[in-house]
Amino acid sequence: MTLASAIETQDLGRVYKIRDAKKKERQELVALREANLRVERGELFGLLGPNGAGKTTLIKILTTLLAPTAGWARVAGFDVMREQARVRPLINMVSGGESSGYGLLTVRENLWMFAQFYGIPSAQANQRIKELLEIVKMSDRLNTKSSDLSTGLRQKMNIVRGFMTDPHVVFLDEPTLGLDVGASRDVRAFIRRWVTEDRARTVLLTTHYMVEADELCDRVAIINQGRVLACDTPANLKRRLQRDAIFRIETDRLNGAGIETLRALPGVRSVVHRSGDARDTLEFVLARDEVLGAVINAMEARQIRLLHLDKREPTLEDVFVDLVGRSMAEVEGDAK
Amino acid sequence: MVNLKSEILNLKSLRSFRMATWLGWQIESNWTDPFLFAVYSIVKPLASALILVVMYGVITSGDFNAPLFSFIFIGNAFYQYVGAVMTGVSWSVIDDREHYRTLKYIYTAPVDYMAYLIGRGIARVLTGSFSVFITISAGVLFLQVPVQLGAIDAPLFLAALAIGIVMLAMMGLVLAGIILLIAHHAGYLGDATAGALYLFSGAIFPLDVLPEFLRPIGYLMPITYWLELLRRSLVGSVAQAFPTLAPFSNAQLLAILIGLTLLFGALSFFAFRWCDRRARERGLIDMVTNH
Ligand SMILES: Nc1ncnc2c1ncn2[C@@H]1O[C@H](COP(=O)(O)OP(=O)(O)OP(=O)(O)O)[C@@H](O)[C@H]1O
Ligand SMILES: [Mg+2]
Repeated sequence: MTLASAIETQDLGRVYKIRDAKKKERQELVALREANLRVERGELFGLLGPNGAGKTTLIKILTTLLAPTAGWARVAGFDVMREQARVRPLINMVSGGESSGYGLLTVRENLWMFAQFYGIPSAQANQRIKELLEIVKMSDRLNTKSSDLSTGLRQKMNIVRGFMTDPHVVFLDEPTLGLDVGASRDVRAFIRRWVTEDRARTVLLTTHYMVEADELCDRVAIINQGRVLACDTPANLKRRLQRDAIFRIETDRLNGAGIETLRALPGVRSVVHRSGDARDTLEFVLARDEVLGAVINAMEARQIRLLHLDKREPTLEDVFVDLVGRSMAEVEGDAK
Repeated sequence: MVNLKSEILNLKSLRSFRMATWLGWQIESNWTDPFLFAVYSIVKPLASALILVVMYGVITSGDFNAPLFSFIFIGNAFYQYVGAVMTGVSWSVIDDREHYRTLKYIYTAPVDYMAYLIGRGIARVLTGSFSVFITISAGVLFLQVPVQLGAIDAPLFLAALAIGIVMLAMMGLVLAGIILLIAHHAGYLGDATAGALYLFSGAIFPLDVLPEFLRPIGYLMPITYWLELLRRSLVGSVAQAFPTLAPFSNAQLLAILIGLTLLFGALSFFAFRWCDRRARERGLIDMVTNH
């Protein structure tokens, strides 16, 4: 029992049946396909992917909210479908970017009630609530009605709710979504500290933010269109690109023209284009440093003015581009 | 002993039920506006009773001493529990899912969700009882409804009331299950069902007034026996002026009520479980419709 992985999935899949309002026919949408993941106890594991990648779908299945349509999943050693009653006491979850809770209850009452649902004795619950509120810097709000909290503070209260029950596995769906920079930093520090304190604790979080995945997580699975494309430590993921040369070039405003030509140059692995207000940025992944000369020549030939150039270390963003062919922002742009 | 007590209180179903009634009561009693409370708990029930009284008065040319009047008045007063409890149970699904956005957190907690919903419904009994009490008191004071404190069969009254509330909560579960599966607001379902059953459960007229082919519905409804028991416990002989259920003794009626409650309870249990499973398959547990 104690040897079981925190999370284990086998060919896990989920298909949604959606009704097309116009055509009146049923369509199938594959939100998750053949996911095979194993997260060990003590890990802080990240799921990184663009909108619609299937991150929330996976979390819903693992937290017993949603039935999979293929494969199976185990959390803390128990099957999420057949043994849901054994999974639930051992897990907890928090979704970011939404304000939940009973506005008419105080922060303490909201949290205490949920502790009661988990059968935690009142005294112990109150003690933990006090400690956790202290850590997220909300001690002064203990007796505030939760309807009087700002969105950010409500989210922090919700995060406390997720950790208060001392779960074996915590699922966090975009925990810092909608929080300001300072609060996000506090929350990330808190998550890291919580996992480190006790090696039996496990966190699975989803995120849009490359930096969050890179700096916070022990291992990251990159997911796009329902498919897990890669799963490793951030360092190992980036190492795949270590041999490549990554250059960032700032230019005048481009109108998209010429980028295809640059992309087609021999030795250019990928080009990501970002438009800014005054200048545009092109990010090149090149097979070798030497290819840069050809790129600059090609730019000159097309009269693209080079304003700034630097070489940098690969990031998870580059890993995503390498796997998918486009940046996360571009993938999300396409979906709209 | 103390240990055993805390052990029992900590059983999943019991603690779910306990916390849900606590939460339900917090929500119920959160009348930030006493005026609103007065309207809902006093004016509304009295107004609806008044409509009935006026209609009765017109039809019978003011024969308020006939046993039929007590029959109608008491039946109507207690029928308020039907809407209150069934809506209380089923409305909680919408409330938690759409309004408070807590349903997914409750659902994924080690909570017995059925016990939780029943608890939320039972919380309405307190405010509901207030309305019923006001209505009955008004009837006794102003309309000579012959309830005499000394003549009340208290044990029968309390037993019937308690069983009836459990029965109503179980029936509410079916609605809660349906709401779990419906993608839009359906809070009216509780009141709509209560309204539909109003005619078939002997609330305002004896069953034999119904056309013959509709009577079996009334005989099948536990609400019918429940209301009859409440009438008998409060006004004794008056209720027996009608032939429908007169052949049955109190004990027999109680047995029928318990039997039907168990039957409907079991059916509701399985119906809810089925809806719950479907909802999880279709991903509806944490659905938000943005109303
Ligand atoms: N209840 C549903 N019915 C139909 N389709 C759904 C449902 N929930 C999600 N989907 C679809 O499944 C796919 C995956 O959605 P999911 O919410 O898992 O993505 P995500 O990675 O969490 O995205 P985001 O970053 O936007 O939260 C999307 O295409 C989405 O539109
Ligand atoms: Mg999501």
